Amino acid sequence: MAEPTRMDAVTRRTILKGMAGAAGLISIPAIIAACSSPAASTAPSAAAPSAAAPSAAAPSAAAASAATGSVTFGSNYSNKDTDTKAMQAVVDAFTKKTGIAVKVNTVDHNTFQDQISPYLQGTPDDVFTWFAGYRMRFFADQGLATDLSDLWTKIGSNFSDAFKASSTGNDGKQYFVPFYNYPWVVIYRKSVFADKGYTVPTTWADFKTLATKMKADGLTPLAFGDKDGWPAMGTFDILNMRVNGYKYHIELMKGAQKWTDPKTAAVFTAWKELLPFNGDIAAALGRTWQDTANLLVQKKAGMYFLGTFAGQQATAQADHDDLDFFPFPTLGTEFDSELGIDAPIDGFMLTAKSPTLAADKDAALAFLEYLSSGPAQITFLVANPNSVAAGNDADTSGYSAFQKKSAEIIGGSKAIAQFLDRDTDPGFAKQMQSFLQTWLTNPDQDMTAYLKSIQDFWDSLGIS
Amino acid sequence: MAVSTNAAGAPRRRRRFSILTRQDKLVLGLAVGIPAFIHIFLVWVPTISSIFLSFTSWNGIGGLERIKFVGIDNYVNMFTRYPPFWPALQHNLVWLLTFLFIATPIGIFFAVLLDKNIRGTRIYQSAIYLPVVLSLAIVGFIWQLQYAPEEGVLNNVIHNFFPNMGTISWLGDKNINLAAVLVAASWRHIGYIMVLYLAGLKSVDPSLREAAAIDGASERQTFFRVVLPVLKPINVVILVITIIESLRAFDIVYVINKGQNGLELLSVLITQNIAGESSRVGFGSALAVILLLISVGPIIVFLTRTFEAPE
Repeated sequence: MAEPTRMDAVTRRTILKGMAGAAGLISIPAIIAACSSPAASTAPSAAAPSAAAPSAAAPSAAAASAATGSVTFGSNYSNKDTDTKAMQAVVDAFTKKTGIAVKVNTVDHNTFQDQISPYLQGTPDDVFTWFAGYRMRFFADQGLATDLSDLWTKIGSNFSDAFKASSTGNDGKQYFVPFYNYPWVVIYRKSVFADKGYTVPTTWADFKTLATKMKADGLTPLAFGDKDGWPAMGTFDILNMRVNGYKYHIELMKGAQKWTDPKTAAVFTAWKELLPFNGDIAAALGRTWQDTANLLVQKKAGMYFLGTFAGQQATAQADHDDLDFFPFPTLGTEFDSELGIDAPIDGFMLTAKSPTLAADKDAALAFLEYLSSGPAQITFLVANPNSVAAGNDADTSGYSAFQKKSAEIIGGSKAIAQFLDRDTDPGFAKQMQSFLQTWLTNPDQDMTAYLKSIQDFWDSLGIS
Repeated sequence: MAVSTNAAGAPRRRRRFSILTRQDKLVLGLAVGIPAFIHIFLVWVPTISSIFLSFTSWNGIGGLERIKFVGIDNYVNMFTRYPPFWPALQHNLVWLLTFLFIATPIGIFFAVLLDKNIRGTRIYQSAIYLPVVLSLAIVGFIWQLQYAPEEGVLNNVIHNFFPNMGTISWLGDKNINLAAVLVAASWRHIGYIMVLYLAGLKSVDPSLREAAAIDGASERQTFFRVVLPVLKPINVVILVITIIESLRAFDIVYVINKGQNGLELLSVLITQNIAGESSRVGFGSALAVILLLISVGPIIVFLTRTFEAPE
C-alpha cells in the first residue's frame, strides 16, 4: 500500500514489469509451496520473475567468509535499476569490510508483503527488510522476530528517541533497525510560486487563501489522486494529527479511541474544506500518484501533498531542482507546536525461524549493526535521493537541497507517525482505503452512520 | 456318499465367474482409484476444510491449535459489518448477467456471421480471437491506457469532438467503472465464445440446413429451430464457461485498482482477507463458502437437467 517508492511512471518498462507481475500472480501457489519447503530461500525469487535476484556474493568473498560465517538476507528491494543495485552495493561494502558473505534473496516488493506470514513461519532468511511501527510489532508479538535489545545498547546512540520508539515492540524490547525514511509534505514548483507571486503558507487560513488564488489562476490548487486507495490516508493522518494531536491519532489507530468520537468527525469536517481545491474527485479516484505528480511537474497543479518520493516523477534534473516543499500548515489548535508528520521508516528485522540463524547469529548482528550506520545508509540513498538516512552519524554533506530540507522537517517534528497502513492492523488498513474512497465520493453523507460503520468494522476484527 | 458329495460338490465351486482377470482388476482399480484419490485430496478435502475454517478465527500464524472456533460469527460479520460484501455480491451478479445476456450472445452472433464464409472471414476470426490469447491481467493493462483520464485514447477522442466536455474518469467514477471494466472483459470473452461456437457450427451436418432450406425455412428459423437444438452439447459448454468466467473474474479488477471503489468482487475480497499480514483466514473462508454456493448452485441444476436421460 504505502510502498510507492519502488514504482515508476507508466513506461514501457512498467508494462513489461506488469506482465511479469501477472505471471507472478499465476505462480503464487508455487511461491506459497516454495515458502514451506526447505528450498525457500532461493525459490521465491525464481518464481517471481520481476524480482530477478542477484544472489551474487562474489566467489572470493564466499571463500573468505568460511572463517567468519555468513548471513542470508531476504530483501524486497526489487526495483532492478535502482534499489536492487544500491542494496547490493551496501552488501558488497559490508562483505569487504568484515569478510562475512551475505546471500541476498530479492523478492518482488508486493509479493514479499503478500507472502510475509508464510515466509516468516517457514524457513526464512536470517535478516529481512520490513517497516517500523504496528507492522513490526505485529510480527514481534507473534514470536516471528528476534529481540534486538542487545544490539540496540550498541547502536542506540545513533538514533533519535522517535526512531527508537518506532523500533520497539509491545513488550518494550527493540526488534527493528531503521535504515531511512521520508516525510509527507506539500510539494510545489518554485518557478510557479515565483511567477505568480505566491508565498509559502504556514497557517490553515493562508493555505486556503493561496489555494483560492491558484484556482482563480486556472491551476488545480491541491493535486489529488487516490486510485490505489492509500494516498488519501496521508491526508487523514495529517489532519488528525493537526486537529486532535499525535497521541489521539496513534490511540485511534490502535483502537484505544473510537471512530465514533466527535473528535474523529472533526477531521472530516476540516478535510471537507480542502475538497473544493482537489479538482474533480471522480477523476482523482481514477488517477495514480504518478499521474498526479505529473500534473504538478507539468505545472497544471499548484501543490501536491504526498511523500517526497513524488520527486521521482520529475525525471528531468531541472524539474527536480525546481521542486520544493513545506510542512502541512497548522490548524491553530493546541497541537500546532508538535508539528506531527508522517515519516515512514524502512529498515530491517531479524527472523526467528531461520534454519541457519543459530549458526549465523553473530554474523547477522554484525550485518544489522553495519546497516544501522550512516555510511551504509548513504551508500543506499545514492539510488534513492528522495529519502534521508536514519542514523545520526550519516554524512549529510552529499545531500541534495531536497534531502536537506526533508531531514530538517523530520528533525523539527516532535511527533512522527508511520502512515495509516503502518500504524494500524493491516486488515483494517486495507478496508480503510475503501472507507475513505466512499467518503470522498460522497462527503455530505451522514457522518454518524459513516463513522459507526468504520467502528463496527474495527470491532468485527476482534483485535484485543 | 455324503462325504464324497461334500468333497466334490458345491463347496468346491470355483471363485465367482468374472470376465476380468486379476490384472484387469488391478488396472481398473488404479484407473479409478488414482483419480478418485486426487479428486478427494485436491477438491473435497480443501473444500471441506474451507467450510470448517469459515466457522473459526485464525490469523494464519502458528499451529492449528491456535484456530479458534467462533460459530457463525464470520457470517454475521460478513452480512452486517463488512461494507464491501453486498456491493461485491452485486457486482458478481452484474458481471454474470452481462456475460450471459450481452457478451455471450454477441460472441454467438459473430460465430454465426463468420460461419457464412463472408469475404475476409479468416481476418475477422483472427482479429476477434486475438484478445483471448491475452490474460485478463494484460487486458486490464491495455484498457487502463485507453481509459486513462488525461492521456487516455478515449478521453482524447471525446475531447476532439466535444471540446467542452469535462474529463470522464472511466475507472475512478464508481458509477461507471464497473461498466467500463465489463467492456474490457467482454472484449476478450466475445472472442472466446466466438471460437468455441464457430467450431460447433462447422460440425453441423450441412444436409440438415439443406433440408431446412428445401422445407422453406428462413435463415432465422433454420438457426433457432434446427442449428441451435443440434448444438445442445456446445451450448452447455458455452453456458458453463460463461458462468465460470464471470465468477472467477479477479485479475482484471486487481490490476486496475486492487478491486476497490466500485470494483469489488467476491474473489478479490477472499484474496484481500487471506493473503498478506495478519490474514483473516476464517473470514476469508466464509467469503469463499459464499462464492462456492453461488457457483455450485446453477452448475448442478444445469448439468443435471442437461445430462438426465432423454425420455
